Amino acid sequence: MVLLQRPLRPDHGDRLNRRGGLEPRDPRAPKRAGVVALLLACATIITLDASTGALEPARRVAGEVYGPVEKAATTVAGPVIGIPGWFRTHDQLREEVEALREENTDLRGQLAAAPYDRNKLAEYEGLTATAEQIGYAVVPARVIGMGSAQSFSRTATIDAGSAAGIQPDMTVVNGDGLVGRVLRVTRSTATVLLLADADSTVGGRVGESSEVGFVRGTGGLADDDRLDLELLDQGEVPHRGATVVTWGSDEGAPYVSGIPIGRVTAVFSSLRDSSQRAEVQPYVDFSALDVVGVVVPSGTRSDRAVIEADGDLR
Amino acid sequence: MSAARGLVLAVLVSLAVVLQTSVLPAFSWRGVVPDLTLLVVVATALVSGGRTALPLAFVAGLVLDLVPPADHVAGRWTLALLVAAYVASRFRDSQAGQQTATATMATVLACSVVAGSVFGLTGLLLRDPAVPVGEMLAVIGAGTVLDLVAAPLVMPAVMALLRRMQPDRLPSVVGPLAPRRPQGVGQEQAL
Repeated sequence: MVLLQRPLRPDHGDRLNRRGGLEPRDPRAPKRAGVVALLLACATIITLDASTGALEPARRVAGEVYGPVEKAATTVAGPVIGIPGWFRTHDQLREEVEALREENTDLRGQLAAAPYDRNKLAEYEGLTATAEQIGYAVVPARVIGMGSAQSFSRTATIDAGSAAGIQPDMTVVNGDGLVGRVLRVTRSTATVLLLADADSTVGGRVGESSEVGFVRGTGGLADDDRLDLELLDQGEVPHRGATVVTWGSDEGAPYVSGIPIGRVTAVFSSLRDSSQRAEVQPYVDFSALDVVGVVVPSGTRSDRAVIEADGDLR
Repeated sequence: MSAARGLVLAVLVSLAVVLQTSVLPAFSWRGVVPDLTLLVVVATALVSGGRTALPLAFVAGLVLDLVPPADHVAGRWTLALLVAAYVASRFRDSQAGQQTATATMATVLACSVVAGSVFGLTGLLLRDPAVPVGEMLAVIGAGTVLDLVAAPLVMPAVMALLRRMQPDRLPSVVGPLAPRRPQGVGQEQAL
């Protein structure tokens, strides 16, 4: 009885339970068994996805559900997305006006010369030119989502999917050059692996010498980030300023041939293994991707207009 | 957890994921965006405790792992958010339910670093993306800074919303007048 009458300590701290473990004093604290179950579930998911393709259906479902939402969010947030553009210096604006004026004159000239149905899609002018230049049909699409750098992979979502005739391992281009390739598709969206991703490797050909090599991404999207070019023939030194184009794969998947990738900006020789490494500046500005085109076989059935290789809309 | 509360949490997480993938990249610094999903999970852990926050972190991480354009091994963000939610719920326990702004920011700081590091470490173990460690650290640092910038804008609103949704207003300070459960009955069985 004496023990029971001792002044009770205010019930603040943790209590020891029967098993000698500290008992959480708060009923909202997580259950230990629950924590362990969730951790094990995590490990299972990681193992499943790393070793098999068992989670592809789940990815597809997630894409089908969130794709349209992402599309809507991009549309709604359009005016807000423009806000960073307000914070520019006077000089930048003046330069831009100058450049735009020049471009305007250029475009006006093109407008007069171009056939009627091309005028309708002035925004897709660059893409149309690309289709004509590379000689492939392209499906136009817009970028509606970008993977964050915290995920360390450089990917983007576009608003065209299997309904538009897009399949995995198709080449993605824009008005400037090669953007990347399609990784997987849902009905209305597709995930694109950007050229700048650290896991991306493209067979490249240095324009002037026709030497072949591999162009690898470095993971950076900023304007000063470069791609790495490694030539197969170690004795060949690429010129600064030489253009690198795709070399092309079997049956055009994942990359069709002859798409401009970038321009050689610097060449390094390694004395140790007598190899050449070159830095390539991509033509495409990955931080400001908007309208892109997916290269499809001519005559593909699509839910939208396809820009054919001769520049016509179909 | 009531159905209404679950729905609110689901909407919050979905909103965070969609904003993070579709809208925020326009304001990103070198591709690094504030991790809104992490902020929602941390807010839940601080207000409702780990028993709600851990399952939420699991679901939110899984969504983040699967929603396009994600291409890393699925389960990596799940694990990262799970650990972050656990850390945040321990922070809550140590503050006995009264959060100051400084403590909330400290929790966000800790959770952001922890989540980024767990994600990076799993990447190194699985050799998922070929990214050098130095660059990884820079990205984690930048991500933490952006999370801290976004926290004052996001956390108060989310935490206020979650407090209103709290079904049972448990006495946050347990004193001598608070009802005492018989030792070893209620909670022991819950474990």
